[in-house]
Amino acid sequence: MTISTTDQRVLNDGRNDRLFRRSVSVAGIFVLVSLFLAAALMFKGGWDAFQTFGFRFLITEQWDPVQREFGALVPIYGTVVTSMIALLIAVPISFGIALFLTELSPNWLRTPVSSAIELLAGIPSIIYGMWGLFILVPFLGEHVFPWVDEHMGAWPFVGVLFQGPPLGVGMGTAGLVLAIMIIPFISSVMREVFLTVPAQLKESAYALGSTTFEVVWNIVVPYTRSATIGGIFLGLGRALGETMAVTFVLGNAHRLSFSLLEPGNSIAASIANEFTEADSPIYLSSLIALGFLLFVVTFIVLSIAKLMLRSLNKREGN
Amino acid sequence: MSAQSIYYKRKTIDYIAKTLAWLATAFGLFFLTWILWVTISKGFNAFGLHLFTQMTPPPGEESGGLLNALVGSLIMCLLAVLMAAPIGIAAGTYLAEYVNHSWIGETIRFVNDILLSAPSIVLGLFVYTLVVEPLGGFSGWAGAIALGFIVLPVVVRTTDEMIRLVPGQMREAALSLGIPQWKVNTQILYRAALPGILTGILLSLARISGETAPLLFTALNNQYWNTDLSKPMASMPAVIFQFAMSPFEYWNQLAWAGALIVTLFVLCISIFARIVLSRKKL
Repeated sequence: MTISTTDQRVLNDGRNDRLFRRSVSVAGIFVLVSLFLAAALMFKGGWDAFQTFGFRFLITEQWDPVQREFGALVPIYGTVVTSMIALLIAVPISFGIALFLTELSPNWLRTPVSSAIELLAGIPSIIYGMWGLFILVPFLGEHVFPWVDEHMGAWPFVGVLFQGPPLGVGMGTAGLVLAIMIIPFISSVMREVFLTVPAQLKESAYALGSTTFEVVWNIVVPYTRSATIGGIFLGLGRALGETMAVTFVLGNAHRLSFSLLEPGNSIAASIANEFTEADSPIYLSSLIALGFLLFVVTFIVLSIAKLMLRSLNKREGN
Repeated sequence: MSAQSIYYKRKTIDYIAKTLAWLATAFGLFFLTWILWVTISKGFNAFGLHLFTQMTPPPGEESGGLLNALVGSLIMCLLAVLMAAPIGIAAGTYLAEYVNHSWIGETIRFVNDILLSAPSIVLGLFVYTLVVEPLGGFSGWAGAIALGFIVLPVVVRTTDEMIRLVPGQMREAALSLGIPQWKVNTQILYRAALPGILTGILLSLARISGETAPLLFTALNNQYWNTDLSKPMASMPAVIFQFAMSPFEYWNQLAWAGALIVTLFVLCISIFARIVLSRKKL
């Protein structure tokens, strides 16, 4: 029995539909699988180090390729401290920029300024690193660090943070560079969420005689709180994993020091600096273990960011 | 406190806050101009045709360019886009058209967003354990795959968003004419969403052309001319990193010239991408 051309077409179309659906679902599953594969492979790569050093890996500061003793305390501490400094600088600045762009800026200035700030996010991180190393480090070393050491180093309790040689490299410098790098991310999220506040709410407050600052502080900020925190966590995720810029200005020292003026290390910088020099399997495994830690931490931070930002999407009706 | 003084206090706080907001914006713009100015002025000093015609020099030599690094970067970036963009478009289609509101779609979107913001050095390590270790050596392929994993989430996200923006009437009109689903996807939705998808691909290209961290231990680096993807390959960011960290004056100059080339390339692509996207709205 022969089948008509129409039937043939229906058959063909059905087959093509199934084929298309199958290939796009394979691609979708590929995305899903690759993240878990990444986690699994890095856990496997770092297993040697986790097994050899156990919990000690996280709390000892010794990093000795010759004795083959590895503890990740210094890089972990450096990552946490530089990211915190970055947030301390970037959050208020980003808030100011978002405030400027949503409430203060004249209309003609709005687009140029916001595109310029976004341009900051487009500059490759290695450029930040070179600028940091060749321009910022000498400047800070000559003009800023000596002053900080002299004046703030004597403060009670916190003085220890500000003592040190005027090298210019160090955790303070890295924190500053990171701050500049994450400002565009945080400020663009803040600006976006500030714009979602219903005009009626703001206008009501203005009508009652509130000042601009009072409107922002008492209406806009509470209304957008969780999404704003989400944006900050997004920036934190960036800062934690940023590699090249930090590698240039951190000084790569495996010694624990509390001073922000002393060279330090971070997880990403250790991996970038030492990976190709790792001459023993346990050295390599320790570095991959560091990468796994970084992966887990950023996963958690980014998940929190996503959850916090969900309310924003709901409000926009997505 | 009298009503007058409360009023003045509120006014003062408002002025201070506004001034600080202006200053914060100035702070951001100040660093942008400073960084761009340094890159441009230092880069131009070392700029010249020799950058594009000569290989990277050995230590101490006073001549040489960046040709092998430029070509290496070009090959690996294009390859990364060629590998990752089709997978990304397909996955984005799957998200937007087949599992839009289901839990599996939400899970994939979540995972994709994590991949999008994951530190690039972690992706480099992942590709090291996935490709370099089993094959037993650094290679251009590994570098391209590492960059591909950075391209993938960007393309998935933009495709997903752009296809969802296509009005439902268009799908319904096409389906009611009896056009099979795969044809609706490839010939109607893709056509409507094309500028958006292209923008996503361009932006991902801009992002990977400056990426250093994932290349350090996948493609490594190569001082010599090499187009063989199974061997270590030079790339602009890796060469800039090596040359900038070195004590040799000439290497530093080359690093600045390279930084300028990469920055200009990235900025041009970003601007071009914006133009592509804005044309869609006309």
